[in-house]
Amino acid sequence: MRFVLKTNYGRDIDIFKHRAHASWYFVLIAALLLAPLVLDVFYEKQLTELFIWAIAGAGLMLLTGYSGLVSLGHVAFMALGAYIHAILYSRGWPLFLSIPTSALITGGIGVLIGVASLRMTGIYLAIATLAFAMIVEKVIAHWPALTGGHSGFRVDDPAMFGYSLDSSTAYYYTCLTALVLVFFGVINLLRSPTGRSFIAVRDSEISAQAMGVNLLQTKTLAFALSAGLTGLAGALYAHRIGFLFPDAFTIMTSIMLLMLVVVGGLGSLHGVIFGAFFITIVPQIIAIARDWLPTGIAQSGGLEPLVFGGVLILFLVFEPLGIYGRWVKIRLFFSQFPLYRKKTFLRQKSYLKTERVH
Amino acid sequence: MDTILQLLLKGISQGCVYGLIALGFVLIYKATEMINFAQGELMMIGALIAVTFTEYLQWNYFVAVVLTILATGFIGLLLERSLLRRMIGEPPFAVLMVTIGLGFVLRALAGMIWGHDPQELRTPYSDAVISMGDVFVGVSNLVVIGGTIALCIALFLFFRYTRIGIAMQASSQNQLAAYYLGIPVKRIVAFTWALSAGIAAIAGILFAPLTAITPNIGFSGIKAFAAAIVGGFGSLPGAIIGGLAIGIVEQFMQYNFGKGLGDTSAYFMLLLMLLVRPSGLIASTQKKKV
Amino acid sequence: MLEVTDVSVSFGGVHAVQDLSFQVNEGEIFSIMGPNGAGKTTVFNVISRFNDVDTGKISFEDEDITKVAPHVIARRGIARTFQNVELFDHETVLQNLLIGQHTRRQTMLLSEVFFLPKVRKQELEFRSKAEDIIDLLHLQSYREKTVDSLPFGIRKIVEVGRALCLDPKLLLLDEPSSGLNPEESEDLSFWIDDINEELGVTIMMVEHDMNLIGQVSNRVLVMADGRHVVTGTPSEVQSHPDVIDAYLGT
Repeated sequence: MRFVLKTNYGRDIDIFKHRAHASWYFVLIAALLLAPLVLDVFYEKQLTELFIWAIAGAGLMLLTGYSGLVSLGHVAFMALGAYIHAILYSRGWPLFLSIPTSALITGGIGVLIGVASLRMTGIYLAIATLAFAMIVEKVIAHWPALTGGHSGFRVDDPAMFGYSLDSSTAYYYTCLTALVLVFFGVINLLRSPTGRSFIAVRDSEISAQAMGVNLLQTKTLAFALSAGLTGLAGALYAHRIGFLFPDAFTIMTSIMLLMLVVVGGLGSLHGVIFGAFFITIVPQIIAIARDWLPTGIAQSGGLEPLVFGGVLILFLVFEPLGIYGRWVKIRLFFSQFPLYRKKTFLRQKSYLKTERVH
Repeated sequence: MDTILQLLLKGISQGCVYGLIALGFVLIYKATEMINFAQGELMMIGALIAVTFTEYLQWNYFVAVVLTILATGFIGLLLERSLLRRMIGEPPFAVLMVTIGLGFVLRALAGMIWGHDPQELRTPYSDAVISMGDVFVGVSNLVVIGGTIALCIALFLFFRYTRIGIAMQASSQNQLAAYYLGIPVKRIVAFTWALSAGIAAIAGILFAPLTAITPNIGFSGIKAFAAAIVGGFGSLPGAIIGGLAIGIVEQFMQYNFGKGLGDTSAYFMLLLMLLVRPSGLIASTQKKKV
Repeated sequence: MLEVTDVSVSFGGVHAVQDLSFQVNEGEIFSIMGPNGAGKTTVFNVISRFNDVDTGKISFEDEDITKVAPHVIARRGIARTFQNVELFDHETVLQNLLIGQHTRRQTMLLSEVFFLPKVRKQELEFRSKAEDIIDLLHLQSYREKTVDSLPFGIRKIVEVGRALCLDPKLLLLDEPSSGLNPEESEDLSFWIDDINEELGVTIMMVEHDMNLIGQVSNRVLVMADGRHVVTGTPSEVQSHPDVIDAYLGT
């Protein structure tokens, strides 16, 4: 086990807990910066997609993992971000303005949902966001004058200050930069009062209020930030797919995002990366697996939902803490070897906790 | 006038289907406080099993109906036993996600077994039409309405007069107290799942003649969910009323403003209801106590 | 300091509190006791604004707080604990104590996103305040433990600590000794004295344990069926015939 000698309280506030910790992340960043030199275009694009998912995942993690508000409709924010950016960009706005603007507008719409969310708890909120996503999807499909409707909307090639970002390498770096900035901001937020107020609302609304946390403000802020980040991811995603159409943003995407946070590990930013990795790699594995499966199953369009649904269930039943939770256990196993106790993480099994009052 | 009547009838029969799926939601919610998002998929499975019995195996329609209800109920029982029982006491969000995952799995499996091509359930009354003046009504629509009414009466009698029905009510009011009184709560919960899967199968059988059956008809489960909330979650009559409200509004919106608005009207109603009166038309839940 | 005037609360026809009036003076320890269902917790919930009053008025430091939002109560300087402990279960004791200082937050969202030096400075201040509380309540060994892994007695203490992080003028303790063993209960009575005398916090508590009440309180209010029965010193109250009536019933 590693014991860190802490000589002042600042050490607990720092992002990196000790020097080895910092150097590992330095190595990771360096590897990501150098990756395009060795990887071919296919993997570069996959990694770009992973970064975009991670940004959207960070958005949903703030909301679901840290504030305890479940959204089944995050695809709507992604779609809004993508369409708003694509439309502004096609009307001649520069990229560095239109992407933040689309994120801001999406965040503003998030505020509206956040205000509404105060009146709904738990499941009701999840359903309301689902309804919101359904409506957004239909609006996009039935407003061809603005969005191109079902015939789609071509996204212009990305360029900034006269430089084209269209090559996969340039776009890789763009998304990596965005991801690092987003994570920096989110980590900072989570170690300051705002992040703590999110957690307070998640764990107990009643005592959060008793501690002076304004529920309306906090929930609205959580929704706004979450929607804004997801909108940003949507805007980046628009260039990644190059062509927007309503079917690119269905409920399936919402579920994928939720899966990202659940499988990665609720309430941890590491989980976002693990989850993003998971949902980028699984379709590839399925594609490879198709060659090995009997044609009847391999040809069926249902293979992907089947695997995603199945994995989601398995994680929720057997490892609710997600990949990150598993990683923490494995790490503890090795650091305490041979004294690891299996029951360390066992929580008391609870009886049906009713939210009803009779 | 005639179109209004026609739309009303269509809306009511569609609403009955939503209401029946919503009944399943509410039953499970009352018994376990779980929200079964796969209820629509259970309906779809029910419809497809009925198709299998009547079309592929050429069984008598009425025999097929009974067997379908039993088979789907059994599937519900299996799901509870193998999966949902593990989730008791987990946060509601986790349970919701599990049932969403379940919905995906069921839909995918149905696609693999039955394919994605639309199928048809032929019934003895499939093509029959009754004319009342200038209004032509498919018998299928009337059967949906009649079936729903019959089922509601049956459920009412069941909860009012049978031992198991009363035991179910008791354990939904207070699980722990029911357990202390010697009610086998686990078995009751399992039975609830079987019952609501059975109801979903009935919804599927009634709904099937009105439409082409594909694995995607399970998506009307989302609208049924809206129905359950509009009616007031946790209230059985509320589920049917909510279903009817949504079915009727949907038809009229579609007729007047086109398909786009017709399809989304359920969601608008849901959002409106959640904002204006979160407890639904028939309120039955209250805030947590400290 | 706190003045409750003719307050009535009812839940769907049940009168939980009826025409209750009392006042809490600065610096004292004021207890409310009474049989189960007497409406003691409702009084707390009304003061911390989780329940609305039907009629009546509550004022704190001469300001009307009958209608303010629940989170404003904490900013006015009223902190509370809960009967069944409402902590932030998935967080460490330290984090709980840090959340408790939310009312003293000075920084804005944007400076927090970039973690500017003033945010760091504020974090360090919060931390040293939290450490003071940890020292006061002997919580050192639980600092990094998550709350849901702690025994109930410790959680109760942590909750008191979290309330103290607010720097409250008035502290509401809802059955602080329930679920504690006699030893913990005795520790608690010393702490309540310390908090009252050294930190100068006025304390109001709902309590069943006559021992604890006798040891620490200056005045006791006895309630039964939502009504005021008698107010007085612990020894006056204990022998008062109406109180005996309320508990034993006639």
